[in-house]
Order: sequence, then C-alpha cells, then structure tokens
Amino acid sequence: MAEERRELTCINCPLGCLLTVTISDGEVISVEGNTCKRGEVYGRKEVTNPTRIVTTTVPVDGSATERMVSVKTASDIPKPLIFDVMAALSGVRAKAPVAVGDVVLANVCNTGVDIVATKEA
Amino acid sequence: MERRDIVIVGGGPAGLAAAISAYEQGTTNICVLERDVQLGGILNQCIHNGFGLHTFKEELTGPEYALRYIKRAKELGIECRMGTMVLDVSADRVVTAVNERQGVFSIQAGAVVLAMGCRERPRGALNIPGFRPAGVYTAGTAQRLVNIEGQMPGREVVILGSGDIGLIMARRMTLEGAHVACVAELMPYSGGLKRNIVQCLDDYGIPLLLSHTVTRVEGKRRVEAVWVAQVDESLRPISGTERRYACDTLLLSVGLLPENELSRGAGVELSPITRGPVVDEHLQTSVPGVFACGNVLHVHDLVDYVSQEAAAAGVSAARYAQGSRQTREADKSAARIPVLAQDGVRYTVPSSISPDLMDDKLTVRFRVDNVYKDRFVCVYLGEDRISHRRKRVLAPGEMEEVVLKKTDLTSRPNIDRIVVKLEEE
Amino acid sequence: MEATYDVVVIGAGVSGCAVARELSRYNARICVVEREEDVCCGTSKANSAIVHAGFDAQTGTLMAKLNVEGNELMWQLAEDLDFKVRRCGSLVVCTDEKSRHGLDELLARGEANGVPDLRIIERDELKEMEPNISDTAVCALWAPSAGIVDVFGLNIALAENAAQNGVEFVFNAEVIEVARQADGTWLVKTDVCDLRARCVVNAAGVYSDAIHNMVSDEKIQIIPRKGEYMLLDTTAGSHVSHTIFMLPTKMGKGILVSPTVHGNLLVGPTASDVEDREGTDTTAEGLAEVASKCALTVKDVPLREVITSFAGLRAHQPGHEFIIGEVAGAPGFVDCAAIESPGLTSCPAIGRMVADIVRSLLGLVNKPDGSWVAKRKGFVTLEGEPLEVWASLAKQDKAYGNVVCRCRHVTEAQIVDAIHRPLGARSLDGVKRRVTAGMGRCQGGFCSPKVMEILERELGMAPEDVTKAGSGSELLVQEGGE
Repeated sequence: MAEERRELTCINCPLGCLLTVTISDGEVISVEGNTCKRGEVYGRKEVTNPTRIVTTTVPVDGSATERMVSVKTASDIPKPLIFDVMAALSGVRAKAPVAVGDVVLANVCNTGVDIVATKEA
Repeated sequence: MERRDIVIVGGGPAGLAAAISAYEQGTTNICVLERDVQLGGILNQCIHNGFGLHTFKEELTGPEYALRYIKRAKELGIECRMGTMVLDVSADRVVTAVNERQGVFSIQAGAVVLAMGCRERPRGALNIPGFRPAGVYTAGTAQRLVNIEGQMPGREVVILGSGDIGLIMARRMTLEGAHVACVAELMPYSGGLKRNIVQCLDDYGIPLLLSHTVTRVEGKRRVEAVWVAQVDESLRPISGTERRYACDTLLLSVGLLPENELSRGAGVELSPITRGPVVDEHLQTSVPGVFACGNVLHVHDLVDYVSQEAAAAGVSAARYAQGSRQTREADKSAARIPVLAQDGVRYTVPSSISPDLMDDKLTVRFRVDNVYKDRFVCVYLGEDRISHRRKRVLAPGEMEEVVLKKTDLTSRPNIDRIVVKLEEE
Repeated sequence: MEATYDVVVIGAGVSGCAVARELSRYNARICVVEREEDVCCGTSKANSAIVHAGFDAQTGTLMAKLNVEGNELMWQLAEDLDFKVRRCGSLVVCTDEKSRHGLDELLARGEANGVPDLRIIERDELKEMEPNISDTAVCALWAPSAGIVDVFGLNIALAENAAQNGVEFVFNAEVIEVARQADGTWLVKTDVCDLRARCVVNAAGVYSDAIHNMVSDEKIQIIPRKGEYMLLDTTAGSHVSHTIFMLPTKMGKGILVSPTVHGNLLVGPTASDVEDREGTDTTAEGLAEVASKCALTVKDVPLREVITSFAGLRAHQPGHEFIIGEVAGAPGFVDCAAIESPGLTSCPAIGRMVADIVRSLLGLVNKPDGSWVAKRKGFVTLEGEPLEVWASLAKQDKAYGNVVCRCRHVTEAQIVDAIHRPLGARSLDGVKRRVTAGMGRCQGGFCSPKVMEILERELGMAPEDVTKAGSGSELLVQEGGE
C-alpha cells in the first residue's frame, strides 16, 4: 500500500513547526520537521487520534468578584468530543469559593478527564 | 508627598513581573498601580491555553499564568493598588493617580516602570464604510463580554483581521454556539500565530480569507450584514469580488496599539514604528528613571516574552532607584551605539546600546515586515557579521530575537552601529 | 387617553429643543415628541459643530439674519446652560490668487449681513495664525466671531432646561399623522400615543417635509444631503487652532478642518444628495474625498489618527432657505423646517422666532416672575481640568475616583449623573453624548462593557435590553437563545 504524507502545523507551542507525517497502512512511519519531542508526539497523535484541550467558562454562584469562572479539561480530550464537552458543561455552575484546579465536572463525557477551574472565584 | 523607590504603572503581566524582579533585587519599597479591580490585566480574559511554555515549561491558561505572578507578588508583600487610574507621570517622576479610597493622590517615585499595555485599533481607525450600528466589537471587547461577563455579543459572526485575539474569538464564539462565517484578513498573510489558525479556524472549518477586507457594514441599528471583498496588491478592494454575509456581529482584530498617553505626557520619546517608547539596553526611556516593558513598549506575541522583558525592566528600575547621582551622571555620558533595523527588520528593542553599561548578554527583540521563507537573521557590529541564523519562516505576527554578548561589543571599540537585518544567504 | 397640550413640538433636535426651551418661559403646556430614544439623534448630532459667523448666506435671507443673531446669542446661552463652546474664529482660505475676489465678495456679504470684525488677512499673518496652513494658501477671510460648539451638549442643555421648566418629552414615538380637528385643535397621532394640541411646531429635520405635507397642499420637499466626516484623536486636536474653510472653487465647496470642543480634529463634510432619509452610512468614495480634499487648505493632516468616521444628513430644500412660520391654510401649525446649515448656529434665534410666533398665535403669557429657570448646570468634565477640581470632587463622592472611560477620563459618578438627570441617558450613545464616555481613541473598546453594567444597575435593565442607541440596537443576544 502506498505511503501517505500529511503536512501539519504543530500546535504545541508558538513556533508552529511544519510537520510532515508519513503514514503507511494506518501506521505512522515518521514525523519530520519537529523541533522537539512534543512535536513528534503531536504529529503521531494528530493523524491517528487528534486531541485538544478545551477551555471555556461556567457561571459561578456566591463570588464577590466573578460572574464566570474559567475552566479547562485537565488534559486533552479526543477532538471529536469538543462539542460534547461543551454540551455537558451547559447548565453546570460552580460555587464559590473556587480555587485553581478544583474539579468543576468529573470525568466529562466518560473521557476520564475532569473539568477543572483555571481561576479563583 | 508619598515617596516610593519604584512606582509601576499597570498590574498586568508586565507590571507584576517588573515588580517581582525589582523586589528580588532588594528594592522593596514598590507600589503597583492598576486601573482594573483585579491584577493580571488582559490575561484574566484570555481563558485559552498556550501560556507559559517558556517560563514554566507547562501549558497554562491566561488566568493561571497571571495567578502565578499575582501569588508571588502577594507572597513578597508588594503593595498593589487596584481600581487606580494613573492620570499623569511627570518628567521628574511624580505619579498622580485617582482611586475611590484615596481620591486624587501623587507619589514621588525614584524610578517609574511604564507597563500600561496596549489597546485594540477600533473600527473608526479603518474607515470601514457603512452604518455604525450595534454589533461591531473589537475582538477583545467581545472576549471580555463572553469570558468575564458571561454574555453573548451575537450569533452570526464575521471577523475582520486575523490577529491572535480574532482567531481565539472565532473559536470561542463557535464553542458558545455562534456561527463564524469567515475571518477576512487584508494582508496576504495572517497576523496571528500559525497554531491558532490550526486550532481555532481549521478545527472548526472556519475559512480564512487572505487579501480580503470588509467594504461595507449594513444595518442602521444592529449589524444586518457585512460585505467582504478581495483586495489587490495595493490593498484596494477589487470591484466585482464583493460578497454579502448576513450576520449580526462584526468582530475586529486589526491590530494593537501601545497605550502611551502617559508616556507622552511625561515627555518620553516614542517610536513612530512601534508607537512605544524609544529605549536603551536597560529599557530606560528618553526620560531618565522612566522604564518601559511589555505591550506598552512594543506589542508582543507571547506573554512569556513580556514577563522576561518586564523582569529586566524591574532590575533596571531597581538599579536606578538605588543608584547614586554620580552613577546616573556617568551612565548618561556613557557612549552609545544605535541599533539599526534594516532589510526586512521593522524595528528593534532596544534601539541603542551602551557596551559599557549592558549586561553580559542582551536580548534584542524585533519583528519583520513581511512573510519570509528561508532567510538568515544577521547581526552586524560595524562591518563584522557576528551572527547568521537561518529561519525557515519569518512572519510579522511573530516576534523574533537575537542575543548580543557584551564581549562582542567591547572587543570592537570603534563600531558606530549595530545592524539587525535579513539576508537571503 | 390622549393628552392635550398648548403646543406639541415634533422633533427633539436643536431646533425643536430651542423652540421648546423658549416656549417654556410661557404659561403653557408643552410637549416635545421624538421618534428616537433620546434628543439629538438626527441632523443635530452629525454635523460640523461650527458656530458660523454668518457671511455665507445671501443678504436679506432668513438664513443670514438668524445666523448672525444665533451667533450673537450662542455665547450667553452657553453660559446660562453650561455647555461647551469656544470662540476660536474661522478662516476661509483662498489658495489661488485669481480667486481672491471670492473672498472680497464674502467679506462684503458678511458685512452686509452684520457680521462683526471681518477682515482679509494675507499669507504671512495667516501662516502665523495657522502654521499648518497649506503652502498654497494666498490669503484668508478672518471671522473672529465664529466658533465651535458641543452639539450634543447644546441640544441636551436646551432639552434639560426645557424639561426643568415643565416641558414634557415623549420619546420613541413616531408621528404618523397630523390632522386638524373640528374644534380647531390639532391631533398628532404617533405609533404609540395620540397628542392633542392647540398649536403644532414642525421641527422634524429631514422629515419636516413629510410632516408639513400632512397639513398643507403647498408641498415642500426636503432632499437629504449627506455629509461625511472623519474625527481624529486628540493627539491631532491642535493641528489647527481655528476652523479652516476652503474658499469654494470650481472643485466644489471644499472640506473644513476644525478643532472640536472635545479636543479632537474634525475633517469634512462631503455633500451628496441622497434619497434615503435614514442613509447616514459612510461611503468609501466620501471618506476618500474627505481625506484628499482636507489637504487643499491644511497640510500634513495626520489621517493615521482617525478614530471614527460618520455621516449626517442635512435637511436641504431646493430653495436653500429656512422655512419658518405658520402654514397657510393650517392655523396653529408652525413650520420650523428645512433647517440646514447654518441651522445649528441659528438655533437660539430660531427658538426665539418660532416661540414668538406661537406666543402671538396662542396669546401666551409669561410665567410668574421668578418661576422660569433660565440656567442649568452642565455635566462635570474632568478631562483637561486642573486636578484640584477632580480631587475636590473625589473627596465629596468616591465614584469620582472610579475611572470608567480611560481615554476621556470619565468616572462612574459622571455616568450615573448622565443617567439620572432629567431626560437622562438610556443607552451607550446617550451616555457618550452626555459625558463623552466611549468617545475617545479606543471608541468604547474598554469602557462599553462597564457602561453597559452601570446602565443595567442604575435602570434595572436586563443585560440583553441594553442598547447602543435605542430599541433595535441591542448590544447582546439572549443567553442560549437564537
């Protein structure tokens, strides 16, 4: 089976390295163009199981300073689940006091990943 | 009058990093004046991740990055006055401000660090024809409404300008249920980071229309549509290419301008290119004892660089505040060499260097004026090319740097200029 | 139920409000009806903001007479009603020796109109007065009596003072019919309420023909004439220190360059007749014309400092003359129509003239001595004032310590005042026109969310009901809604 080459821009850091990922029979054969190890990991993942960190906000009750508290997925989740994560968060409210890292929603969409606060409120 | 060794104008990432580094130098009589009710500046509304890879070797969101500095400043007991708007900085370093608790007050500062940040170019600056309805927002204003106030500025969105905030807001609005029809960019290249084009536009199928602009805003009360047209090489709309996008919102991400009204009032010389102060190797402006860092100095792409630069400004301010009159006079008369930006390099910060006064290593930051592929970033000390580094891609949206060594300068006592430029080979 | 008034004034622009304010001297029940949510929403808000000396209009016309009278009255009015004016003087610049006779004609006409202190100045003096004047300038007509005015401030001051003196205002009410009743009174029907009046004043700006034509067979026609402008940051505000006109040439009337009372620089207007009475949109051609023509009289206008552009519509009529007076065949219906430039300058005189017509029609008498309030306290301005002023205000009220608009140094206290005045602000633009929040270089980028919050809080509004300029211009969409 023929090799497939895919051109990607690494999103790990602002360098935005241009990656060339070579795939054969669904297997990643090589990642080129990366500057660091993270780039290689990203290149492999992006062509097999792309993932993203999701960041958003939820309303917070009882905070003197904040209406909203910012949150994120504690680690990356499968890219196709981004909107499911957003849907799962609709209606979720945090309750002050909130500290950075507090779990706002556990195991979102059964990903095993928690939604955690990124701001104090 | 109240006296402080250092007064820092602005409690965003730059001001906090400057305060912390100055304090760590042993200058502890510091006051940070912040106009918002919170410290952290614009980072508080930048809830996306991607901050801190350089500084903390991990990927943080804006609020998390800010909090690390806020906590450190609190640990050190640095005084920060929030809700405090600085009204005037005088050439002899009297800082006058107003807040609810104290009313109008003045502080005599040993040194002043300007860290006011930047603002967004508004629609008016672009002369976009049409009506002036509700629904036209700068990307940053929309970001505040969504992320801080929890409110939605619109549902059907066109974005003009591909600066990073515009790209980030394309994704943010999409996640919140809006539809972003396109991002139009006047230039043939994006003003934002490549990674943001991938993860904010490509991920969501939002088209980036390079060499396009908005030619008309429709709707007298609320935006009803915008017209987008392709532009020619001189950036003029090409007739016949206009396309109407029915929408209720136009977001603008068309550039950031350093906020230098206070600097101007103090008599600080400003660069017509960066619109920020002209500074020396210690980030000192043309007014002695007044230093500048962060986006008020020149607009940065990464907060990590802001923090680095601000820390250097903090050290310089501390040194100035602690220094004697004699050392200041000696500093003033030290020989300086201009740093010239040439051949694709738009500007450098700093724009002059004193080899005697500089530290062992000095980071010179710059931006390029166009997209370049496979160019060499070169530094000349007089006629000598002392560095020659290949870059696969250089773009105006990304800040670049070269590092100068003191020994390279002091070993060439007769040079009259330092040149940073791009070369093809 | 319909309300009955002695006078209903249609339109809350400068003309309508000047008339209402003058009428408020009398013992009469007066109502101003306005289709927008605030005063100063039409022609009055988007113009050159010039207090003209009065040499433009043909001698003997109402325009000439009311211009010169209005100019004379403006300065005292500004003192009584505490709005911003500056008598900076104007220069009509001639850039071609062959056109010099044009200046002589203006001078002669001005003198015939009664304009004081007119004088032709030569290049050297001109250069000294205006260092940035074009190198091609030959001479200029110097009119020291001309000036600049805060149009919003003037309009709002007139309205507030009228309201203080008992005039009622109905906003968001568009007049759809005016009809004479069998008993000789007038019924003014709006889309929200009916008003009955013994006398109606038509001060409806670009719609004054439509209102006139409701009651008269002698039709008039208003042709909206669009003028486009660019406003430059205060950093460019002292590029010129007088209002600079260009002597009209075969290339057209030219573009003025003027300081504003808010410290900005204004360039414009274009002049193009349009059909759409709502057509206050700017055009690429118009803005390009402004940008290129301003250079004919002033050099190096720093166009990179533009912070906004806008367009206004002048209520032009083919006869180019104000139409003021009781309409034949419509007793008690008084036109104050076709008020185009120099209408703003003329408004104090127009107010007097129209009020006098109404007074004699209805036999109105003055309110008892001392019960008419001639003065009104204006809005507090901090920008550009000595800091001691600010310091003392902040001691009295801590809300003066909370700066909301950073570009123009507007505090929470001023915004709250703008909202709670008689005829207070109800929208972002309402706040902006009163106290300049959002009028600065960032154009509300930073302060809009804060002003919105203050409007919500002070008026008990839901966030999604806060508008830029009244219903239909909501700033937010409902959470989760479509």
